Amino acid sequence: MFKYLKQLTSLVAMVAVLFTFTTESMAAKKSKTLKNTQKKGFVRCGVSQGLPGFSNADAAGNWTGVDVDVCRAVAAAVLGDANKVKFTPLSAKERFTALTSGEIDILSRNTTWTLSRDADIGLTFVGVNFYDGQGFMVRKSSGITSTSQFKSGISACTNIGTTTELNMRDFFNSKGISYEPVAFEKADEVVAAYDAGRCDTYTTDKSGLAAQRTKLSNPDDHIVLPETISKEPLGPVVRQGDSVWEDIVRWSLNAMIEAEEYGITSANADSMKTSENPAIKRLVGAEGELGAAFGLDNEWSLRIIKQVGNYGESYKRNIADTGILPDRGPNQLWTKGGILYVPPAR
Amino acid sequence: MVPQLITVLAVILVFGFFTYNAQINMENRGIDFGYGFLSQESSFDVQFSLIEYDGSHSYFRAYLVGLLNTILVSVIGIIIATIIGVIIGIARLSPNYLINKFAAFYVEFFRNIPLLLQIFFWYFAALRALPLPQDAEAMFGVFFLTIKGLYVPAFIWENLNIFFYSIIAAVVSIIIIKTYAKKVQETQGKQIPVFLIAIGLIFSLPLLSFLIGGVNLSFEVPKLKQLATTSFIYEGGVSLPPELIALTLSLSLYTATFIAECVRAGIQGVSKGQKEAAASIGLTTNQVLKLVIMPQALRIIIPPTTNQYLNLTKNSSLAAAIAYPDLVLVFAGTALMQTGKAIEIVSITMLTYLSLSVSISILMNWYNKKIAIKEK
Repeated sequence: MFKYLKQLTSLVAMVAVLFTFTTESMAAKKSKTLKNTQKKGFVRCGVSQGLPGFSNADAAGNWTGVDVDVCRAVAAAVLGDANKVKFTPLSAKERFTALTSGEIDILSRNTTWTLSRDADIGLTFVGVNFYDGQGFMVRKSSGITSTSQFKSGISACTNIGTTTELNMRDFFNSKGISYEPVAFEKADEVVAAYDAGRCDTYTTDKSGLAAQRTKLSNPDDHIVLPETISKEPLGPVVRQGDSVWEDIVRWSLNAMIEAEEYGITSANADSMKTSENPAIKRLVGAEGELGAAFGLDNEWSLRIIKQVGNYGESYKRNIADTGILPDRGPNQLWTKGGILYVPPAR
Repeated sequence: MVPQLITVLAVILVFGFFTYNAQINMENRGIDFGYGFLSQESSFDVQFSLIEYDGSHSYFRAYLVGLLNTILVSVIGIIIATIIGVIIGIARLSPNYLINKFAAFYVEFFRNIPLLLQIFFWYFAALRALPLPQDAEAMFGVFFLTIKGLYVPAFIWENLNIFFYSIIAAVVSIIIIKTYAKKVQETQGKQIPVFLIAIGLIFSLPLLSFLIGGVNLSFEVPKLKQLATTSFIYEGGVSLPPELIALTLSLSLYTATFIAECVRAGIQGVSKGQKEAAASIGLTTNQVLKLVIMPQALRIIIPPTTNQYLNLTKNSSLAAAIAYPDLVLVFAGTALMQTGKAIEIVSITMLTYLSLSVSISILMNWYNKKIAIKEK
């Protein structure tokens, strides 16, 4: 009996080795990052130090947010389990160095896609998971309802090392207003200083303002002004030079958005396998060989949808239901009046 | 000789390997190396600067802004820390129970709490406690301490150069009198009250420049300006940001505890016999302190105090946490982010701190040599 058991074990082990070998051989040849991730057993993901709705850890250390979900989607696609992610909280200042030095493999940290970042510093932006723009928050009691009421001498709290600092200068310069920039390294200090009254206004991406507003002592005493002074397309970033990994992250995000477009949700994904629509069947892995292109099996996108959900579910869970930005605004599908439009997965 | 050569070779190889490795990795990731960015336009503004600066200046100018802000907070911090440190150090030796215990409590309290926490405490405590500009009470009618900073009157000078000349003249004459007094004492044994004369000169000459030199000083008192219904600032005058005040305060209070211990050790390190011997030859208490105790105590005090000065300068880099635009925040923070030149900027920043520290060391070593025992 034991003899057979032993043989059986070795057979299983052999099959397992063979299986790993075959799945790995396709991927490993192409992507070092994918190989390392599969070897380690978790996706290394850089996130913010706490921005509700985007990447925020609860008391038990569980990360949630739309940025977090991008990393979870990649983990579901690559490793089969959306929970196999190691999150590294990074300040705005540290984030790119952490990525280029190889400490993390995906940076999903409300990061604005700009030309200089994309071209200059060894990074590649793979897409946009949130269309944002910079705005201002002020105290209601100040009576300010528009940025046109700003006067010279205004002090503005913000974070260092962000596009915010540059936009702020462009904005105030174009209006001919002199201002006092008070720039902190961490968002929590910005909130505390603004809350205490150090600054007349707090400026950052509007989604950030909406999220940070919830951390103020009396959120209702503050309003976000209607003006948007910049374009801030936020999205996940990877290191330059690993195009397979880049594709995996890009299409993990795209799969979530396209799943919403076709009405595939975490609840109905399995039943969608029998759909009439070939586009849906491709997304749930019932047709075609989409995964093979980047060395994954065919159910990579099905796992993403089942474990993480589609983009709409992620948005609702993290941003709408938490009261941060109930209105999806531009972050609505193109079919519903928004600007979310992804290339077809085929 | 051979082991030394091997060691040097090993060090060179290790550094060479790291440089080569960094080069290869940067090449692979498409990052180029170079210091050319220093002349590019920085396009970000800084809250507080000692030289003229805005975003249209270069990154190098931004570096200077950060460097000068670091030097500013270090110099003020060192001066205040030394004053508090000496007072507390002497107080710890006081026979008065209350003073003695208070000093001991101060030292134990402030040196045992991490500096970063103290910086946060002073900054956010100050922000919570200070009034909004419109609620601020004027101190002496001209100072306004508010949540947005300390507003002080600006000095408006007329004939400032004559005032400077008068101070230079006073200093030169004090040096001459001191040399003369030393000579008189050595040849005739007579003592001239140099200290009193010096105080008289340093005040009277500048005063004369006001009375007959045409120097005039007026003040521009800060005035309240309304920005919005509940938003005010002061205009005119000079404003010191609360970040600078909180940082200077926390750095000085923290470092003063260590300096106090150096001072106490220095004074206690001079044996009692010295004091008694000096008293027995008829020196007054002040003379004992000045001529016998202090010269010996200083030799013990200076070297460890130098370390504290270096610590204070390096600790000033914690400024980034509370938005004081020092070298780390402006250059190794914003500039690094905007350019992505991590290796270049971090190397410049490290070299800068190294140079600052070495300069302080050289200065203090020179002073230490000066007061060291000279074998005659």
